[in-house]
Amino acid sequence: MPNYTLHINGKERSVNTDADTPLLWVLRDELNLVGTKFGCGIAQCGACTVHIDGIAVRSCQMQVAVLNDVKITTIEGLSVDGKHPVQEAWKEIDVPQCGYCQSGQIMTAAAFLSENKNPSETEIREAMHGNICRCASYNRIEKAVKIASKKMS
Amino acid sequence: MESTLNNKFSRRNFLKTSFLASGGLLIGFNLLTACKPDAVMPTDIESLNFNDFNAFIKISDEGFITLFSPNPEIGQGVKTAMPMIIAEELEADWSKVNVAQAILDTKNYKRQVAGGSQSIRKNFTALRQTGATAKQMLVNAAAIKWNVKAATLKVAKGIITNQNGDQLGYGDVVKQAALLEIPENVKLKEPKDFTIIGKDATNVDIDKIITGKPLFGLDYNAEGMLIASVLRPPAFGQKLESFDASNALKVNGVIDVITIGDKARNYKKTVKKNWTFNLSDSDKVVIIATNTWAAIKGKKALSAIWKTDSKLESTEDHHKELTAILDSNKLKSRREDGNVEKAFANADKIIEKTYHSPFLPHNCMEPMNFYADVTPDKIHLVGPVQTPEFAVDVVADLLDVDKEKIHLEMTRMGGGFGRRLYGDFVYEAAEISALIKKPIKVVSTREDDMTTGIYKPSVKYRIKAAIKDGKVTGYHLKEAAINGNMYGLIPNFFPAGCIPNYKVETGNYKSTITTGAWRAPFTNFLAFAEQSFFDELAIALNIDAIQLRLDLLQNVKNTSDKRIQYSGKRMEDTIKLVREKGNWGKTKEGVYQGFAAYYSHNTHVAEIADIELKNGVPIIKKITVAVDCGIVVNPTGAKNQIEGGVLDGIGHAMYSNLSFKEGKPTSNNFDTYRLIRMQETPKVEVYFVENGLAPTGLGEPGLPPVGGAVANAIHAALGQRLYKQPFINELEKSTILG
Repeated sequence: MPNYTLHINGKERSVNTDADTPLLWVLRDELNLVGTKFGCGIAQCGACTVHIDGIAVRSCQMQVAVLNDVKITTIEGLSVDGKHPVQEAWKEIDVPQCGYCQSGQIMTAAAFLSENKNPSETEIREAMHGNICRCASYNRIEKAVKIASKKMS
Repeated sequence: MESTLNNKFSRRNFLKTSFLASGGLLIGFNLLTACKPDAVMPTDIESLNFNDFNAFIKISDEGFITLFSPNPEIGQGVKTAMPMIIAEELEADWSKVNVAQAILDTKNYKRQVAGGSQSIRKNFTALRQTGATAKQMLVNAAAIKWNVKAATLKVAKGIITNQNGDQLGYGDVVKQAALLEIPENVKLKEPKDFTIIGKDATNVDIDKIITGKPLFGLDYNAEGMLIASVLRPPAFGQKLESFDASNALKVNGVIDVITIGDKARNYKKTVKKNWTFNLSDSDKVVIIATNTWAAIKGKKALSAIWKTDSKLESTEDHHKELTAILDSNKLKSRREDGNVEKAFANADKIIEKTYHSPFLPHNCMEPMNFYADVTPDKIHLVGPVQTPEFAVDVVADLLDVDKEKIHLEMTRMGGGFGRRLYGDFVYEAAEISALIKKPIKVVSTREDDMTTGIYKPSVKYRIKAAIKDGKVTGYHLKEAAINGNMYGLIPNFFPAGCIPNYKVETGNYKSTITTGAWRAPFTNFLAFAEQSFFDELAIALNIDAIQLRLDLLQNVKNTSDKRIQYSGKRMEDTIKLVREKGNWGKTKEGVYQGFAAYYSHNTHVAEIADIELKNGVPIIKKITVAVDCGIVVNPTGAKNQIEGGVLDGIGHAMYSNLSFKEGKPTSNNFDTYRLIRMQETPKVEVYFVENGLAPTGLGEPGLPPVGGAVANAIHAALGQRLYKQPFINELEKSTILG
């Protein structure tokens, strides 16, 4: 199997895997970074959201072979100590119920807020529309994104 | 109820203590069951004996407290709320309390189940007594040390203070406390003195969740673990005929392809029934791989031939069968008061409506998965399951091993909703590991979960009411459902006891499609049908929709009928609270309201939906909710449950639908199956009735009324009645959204 070098959370990581392996499964199975979740495998739910060069993408659709020149950030690397403003807002609002989708929600929100420091309610709802929360903690996600935006501005 | 529980617990029967070798006091206790007289407490944490005690409190020499929370956590918040109840009576400093998920006790513990919204209701008193007893022992130890009467000491946040102002921490007296006799008849706190119960406590796993730490079954890893992906029949009613694994075996990482099914068939033939077991008779093809991607790819590369074993059912078949049941007179009577036939014969007016609902998958965000390591000496099972004790029972019978050899660890669950009550994934994992003699984790894909699942069955209701002299004099409800009917006391829910001539009948059609409990089983759709129907009745009677309910509820107050467990008074108070908070009838122009109220899972809930029209399309803006669940243990967690339940209820009533064509589900992932998303969500405002009564559950009861509230608001806005879920299809048909 071919070898790939990936830049993940500020470190170089080397993996031997098939070229078509999605980043999601490289992270989870090869590198034991299991904060990135498997939800649907077809980019519909957002549970597997990571940042590639700062942009939120669905890691289930990113094949490992095309990722050698990019910087990948996962939930584990979003902050060193869980103190990213989005993480702090999530805690303040006590967002999670089951918690499974939340790392994807947080990664989507963090990328969105780095582009849009002072979003309107409509913009927040649009930005988070792609991430499913089956427990439907949507009211709290919305609130937490707003609070995080205040912390970041 | 509380006093009965109080009497049942003799202290020496449910609580024992020991020293830990590593220092500190360990308290073992049994919820709802007595300890065996010969039960022996362990002296180190690694050998906690869950066969003798189903939960433990550890108080270290430094005063740190660890609570081993016994019930499975599926997102309903018990891992936070149950320890809060112990900590309250223990007078612990909540910020110094650490909570660990207890592993399974299969022998003594009777209700280590997440389902039916019962964890808090059934354990409230026992948890309080445990905390209070432990506190009393610590206080008694301090009293001996200071040579004063225990009653003169004050305790707060884990610190004991005497009348001179001297202080001792719990850690300072732990050693002495463990030597003391366990006190009898400890006094519980007055609810007004609660400092932890009733205050917001953040989810105990919050830091792990927001930083992506391994918590869930799918995150579990073990040395030498392989991944299994299971190919099951694509249609209900089919069986495996043959398969060709040659291409699958060429996939990098695929190391074996096997079939399973023998043990499941044998279990069905030989073993008594277990309701969590519903594996099909078909053989299944299993890919064994070194990693998940290889397992998924390998399964796609399999080619299999399936034979038809029984009728391949379609949605049209279900519609015909259920309608035939409603049209027939062959239903089973579940409750009958007065003389319904006579009421209809004498009626001024009769209203009759029929309501339809589809199959729904649970779609837990974390797909089904389980780890099994079956060796000759022991069986190690790890993962997310709502019914761990049944899982152990079935695996013991399935593999014909002694239950003592099975060790099951629960993980946090990425949603349950009823799906993980059924342990098919546990049984498959156990059978696979037994065959290949290696540790494996079975991993389902979204497609597996949606197409080979357990489903909420399609259900229809036909409701008929008799009106005479401006009053509802007769009520007749018929239920036609698939593979089962409303259970327990549901036939005695509202409006039983409110209408003199009343009848509930049920019938069902046996299908090959596997069905089961889905968040608030039956009431999730029954409440919509009934509460929509009462909205129509109010209009026919020319009376305010809320006033109609309040008038009817007067008839059930002081009922002597033991089967009627909802309270006319509590429901009335709940409805009045939502009427006030939701500004019923007083909203600004362009806002249309709908009302619904429903009692289920021992909790009373009333909801008002506010809808506005945007270019003729109804937009749900706000749901106001009033809840009577007695004492609210953790308000932030409680509100989260209601907010989620309400939005979940709206989502499924509005958008979700699983159809079948010749046995095959017509949707298999989120591109063809719609769940509610952020932009479709209204604001949910939650208010609790304050009455100091014993707490009841919240995981389910917020959901049932909301479909009715929304449908009634849509009627107010558009004049269109909705009789069929999902609403979106009806609204599109009427060209509002088309």
